[in-house]
Amino acid sequence: MPMPEDTKKVKNMNRRTFIQGTALGLAGMTVSIDHAHASFWDAFFQKHFREMNDSEIQKVISRIEKECEEKYKKTISIGNEKPLSGVQFGYGLDLSRCIGCRRCVYACVEENNQSLDPQIHWISVLRFRKGEKWIDLENSEKYYNPEKVPEKEFFYMPVQCQQCENPPCVRACPTQATWKEPDGIVVIDYNWCIGCRYCMAACPYGARRFNWAAPNRPPEKINPKTHYLGNRPRYKGVVEKCTFCIQRTRNGRYPACVEICPVGARKFGNLLDPNSEIRYAIEHKRVFRLKEDLNTYPKFYYFFAYGR
Amino acid sequence: MRSLRQLKGLARNFVLLAVAILPVQFAASAEHAAPAKKFLVPPPPFSPGIFPCSQCHQGMPVNRTPRKLEMMHQDIALKHMQDGWCFDCHNPDNRDKLRLTNGKLVSFDESYNLCGQCHGTILREWKAGLHGKRTGMWNGEKQYLLCVHCHWPHDPVFKPLTPMPPPVRPADIK
Ligand code: SF4
Ligand code: SF4
Repeated sequence: MPMPEDTKKVKNMNRRTFIQGTALGLAGMTVSIDHAHASFWDAFFQKHFREMNDSEIQKVISRIEKECEEKYKKTISIGNEKPLSGVQFGYGLDLSRCIGCRRCVYACVEENNQSLDPQIHWISVLRFRKGEKWIDLENSEKYYNPEKVPEKEFFYMPVQCQQCENPPCVRACPTQATWKEPDGIVVIDYNWCIGCRYCMAACPYGARRFNWAAPNRPPEKINPKTHYLGNRPRYKGVVEKCTFCIQRTRNGRYPACVEICPVGARKFGNLLDPNSEIRYAIEHKRVFRLKEDLNTYPKFYYFFAYGR
Repeated sequence: MRSLRQLKGLARNFVLLAVAILPVQFAASAEHAAPAKKFLVPPPPFSPGIFPCSQCHQGMPVNRTPRKLEMMHQDIALKHMQDGWCFDCHNPDNRDKLRLTNGKLVSFDESYNLCGQCHGTILREWKAGLHGKRTGMWNGEKQYLLCVHCHWPHDPVFKPLTPMPPPVRPADIK
């Protein structure tokens, strides 16, 4: 939703006041000393992503690329691919196929540079006993660990950020560090996030993850092809979540979880393209969205196909 | 001599008939004119060294009797169609091709047409990108997997997999 200029200013004022308040009151807890770097003040006074022009963004990106290189001793490129016009991304997941193998979870970790220790997963695969009141997400099991999947008496439902059309997480953020892009992807600027976790409290899908400790990934396991708003290395004290693999999908590729899924349960495409498989699913299958009663309008569609 | 009325009636019937038949003819000719769409697929998952089948089968007499195979292909326990036999799908005269029930030959990289003879709804969904996996570009060239990449055709039920490890429980995070 476009925002009137003055509202933006007021919000940013809020952020500044917020940070100042925190810095004074809690002795700079949110801006920890590991950031005390030559570029610290550059980072501190970095403008809001959406208020920077391309050359300002480039400058910020170069600075962060340099920081990453020093930290990981490895070249990491940070892209800034813009949303494509005429594109609204949508995701489909065929619950009649998912076998709960968690291949998607780990493909996501690899692609998006999630921390290995402490472990962060953007996708949770929930297991439900068939016939149970299963929409009750709170009572699902995500630590299941049988020899083989699928198991006869269970079915599985992967949950990740639903890229809500009306995202409560965005409204909850006091600093505007998270917003919805024109292609529908809800993004986070990790340099603007102050780690207050209001968004996590607001998200009804438990889709956001907080870095309690410095994310830990050995340099050789870092995917160097990143996006500013996606899978670039994160900091301690920021929130992160699924971005529909923004670094891939804005370049025409499928998300990593779609490519890995051994049963082809995952579907992805442009909701505005009548020939996309996601549109086919919506038009030909019974689809549902999680917690529809909350009016978040997820762009993540679950459905049941048929036949073997 | 027919009366004018009769003639008119005839003419009307003819028009009705033509209207009824034409679309069918159009549909039929369209089917002939447009070459069947080819889908981009990775190479079929042959066991190494086994293709082309004619390497061994060339000149070998064709034995149509269903039996347990002992010289070669012993690993194939056919658990697909009840009372099925090799030549329901494989072409006896040129083994490098598969054979539809209407006698048309198809190559191994178009085997979906063979599977689709019985699994028509699945073939339709596969073409639409719903059944099975599509990789490549969501807005460009898409690669489809063949049915046989996921389903071993002689025993096609999807085989269970070992799941990847569960997440660490919060209590176990140090
Ligand atoms: S990889 Fe596919 S089948 Fe496995 S858990 Fe994920 S969605 Fe389900
Ligand atoms: S699923 Fe949660 S994190 Fe994702 S857009 Fe919706 S509210 Fe925000």
